[in-house]
Amino acid sequence: MCRIRAFEGQSERAYRSGLAGGYLHVYNGMEATAIGWLSSIQPGDPVITAYRDHGHALYLGCDALECMAEIMGRATGLSKGKGGSMHLYSKEHNFYGGWGIVGGHTALGVGLAFGTKYRGGNEVTHCFLGDGAANAGVLYEVMNMASLWDLPVIFIIENNEFAMGTRLEYHAADPELHKRAEGFNMEHERIDGMDVLQVRKHAKRIIEKVRKTHRPYFLEIMNYRFAGHGAADNDQSLYRTPEEVERAKQRDPILLLGKHLTENGIASEAELEAIQREAEEEMEAVYEAAAAQPKPEPDAVYADVYTDMEPERGH
Amino acid sequence: MPTLTYREALRQSIVEEIERDEDVFLIGEDIGRYQGTFRVTQGLFERFKQKRVLDTPISEPGIVGIATGAAMMGLRPIVEMMTMSFSILALDQIINHAAKVHYMSGGQFSVPMVIRGPGGAANQLSAQHSHSLEGWYAHVPGLKVVAPSTPADVYGMLKTSVRDDNPVIFTENPGLYGIKGEIPEDTNYLVPFGQAAVRHEGTDISLIGYSRMAHVCMEVAEALDQEGVSAEVIDVRSLVPLDTETIFGSVRKTHRAVVVYEDWRNGGYGAEIVARIQESCFDDLDAPVGRVGGLNVPMPYARNLELLCIPNKDDALAVARATLG
Repeated sequence: MCRIRAFEGQSERAYRSGLAGGYLHVYNGMEATAIGWLSSIQPGDPVITAYRDHGHALYLGCDALECMAEIMGRATGLSKGKGGSMHLYSKEHNFYGGWGIVGGHTALGVGLAFGTKYRGGNEVTHCFLGDGAANAGVLYEVMNMASLWDLPVIFIIENNEFAMGTRLEYHAADPELHKRAEGFNMEHERIDGMDVLQVRKHAKRIIEKVRKTHRPYFLEIMNYRFAGHGAADNDQSLYRTPEEVERAKQRDPILLLGKHLTENGIASEAELEAIQREAEEEMEAVYEAAAAQPKPEPDAVYADVYTDMEPERGH
Repeated sequence: MPTLTYREALRQSIVEEIERDEDVFLIGEDIGRYQGTFRVTQGLFERFKQKRVLDTPISEPGIVGIATGAAMMGLRPIVEMMTMSFSILALDQIINHAAKVHYMSGGQFSVPMVIRGPGGAANQLSAQHSHSLEGWYAHVPGLKVVAPSTPADVYGMLKTSVRDDNPVIFTENPGLYGIKGEIPEDTNYLVPFGQAAVRHEGTDISLIGYSRMAHVCMEVAEALDQEGVSAEVIDVRSLVPLDTETIFGSVRKTHRAVVVYEDWRNGGYGAEIVARIQESCFDDLDAPVGRVGGLNVPMPYARNLELLCIPNKDDALAVARATLG
């Protein structure tokens, strides 16, 4: 969690300094969800998420330098500088992105579960989405098919209470989003997402179940984003107060875990500080190294449009 | 060489591809138990069962998205759109997802998927079921787009599409399903993309079309023959990639060209072909490039009005004569 938090500090720095452009969405406050969950999956399980994807990529084992280089649009980035912050992918780590159209990737997630089942595998697909994506129509089409065909996919709504700048109560007819799975004959529940150990405990139970039953599962994890929606979200007063954010920070996942570790004598304050410092130093070095990476060659603009041919060249 | 209808040739090609590669499967609405709305998939459900011929709910975005995800894992789905008009619902999945992931992932993932179905006017299906959308798809980098016009081509191009590692939009004009032709006895008969076919050689004017309009071009060529004019007919077959070499070579020989397409005249793919000819063959041209497209109106229901909208021999012949001067 400290590594992700520190990485996000550096990615925001990259945006502020102009080394990163476009849209950039940091994961601050939500780390316990990805880590609690992804620490419980098995090798080979496909993972897919939306555009707030840095944390998932890092935890799955993607190289921090390659992630930062991607965010800075460098040739050595995970996606060779073609995707950017929102589009991190790693075939090596079964990480299927990294998608920018709200809700759209949930269909691909079900396709991944379809694929593993077609091949006779025992993998479970982990499809993360936001509370905003829970209102996209395609999600309900694929929930239906996932249930109809017994596909081993877990929909994990990371409910950070805001669809961009619109609070849950203004965008959801019933704010308990998990209940929407009722109509698809799919098991569902809502859990807390700020305590990483709790997330992990639930994850183990649910993943094991889905691996056994091959039935889809609809989970809502309640967390909170401490930062703005994206780096371009420069007026959070339009949708929330600083007091609300401060209140949420009382349950900062890093703080909660730290408390658990010190209270149970597992780690000392000094050790925790050292972990944080180490993470910050690592990511500072990642920032500097990424900034020194080469930009893509102009000719790369035509590469990877197709697997076997180039598009027409020129304007 | 057996003689089959376009529909039968397509079906046989699908069957052979399913038998050849266990990663190939069909997915779509009413393609299994119901045998397919246009009967392309007749008999396949009984033969290959649900795993390879999957009936879906009416959920085009979901179907295409699921097929895209499966393709990213290496499967080779053939998605049937009951009509290409319904693919409009799935545009986000096709354009924002399937067409983009290879590029956005720096080449890590590819989408070997075919989206096929009837595109163009059938018979009084009116405004919501008669679209020719190949020009829309040809506009999008990352997609390949083909429009076979003969049984042999639909047979060979479906195979090429299934074996291609990129998303392929495969449009079948419903007016062609019943036409007959010989197909080669070769289960590996692959018609390469990016190669237009010269259907009729000539020296005075180039008539350029694809899908059903390739047949209209042939009718025009026959009519011009009677008038002592030698027309060359180019069946484009593959829109992306486009075989400009064959097209330009023909125009440089005949010095006159007419492009015929069923899509709306305004902004259709034929306009792109016209633009390319004028860019590259301007000095070879003895007349402006003629253009014949569908009328710029929603497709009307009444048969006489519908027929007005679809370019026919007389429409194209008139433009050809004007181009000949």
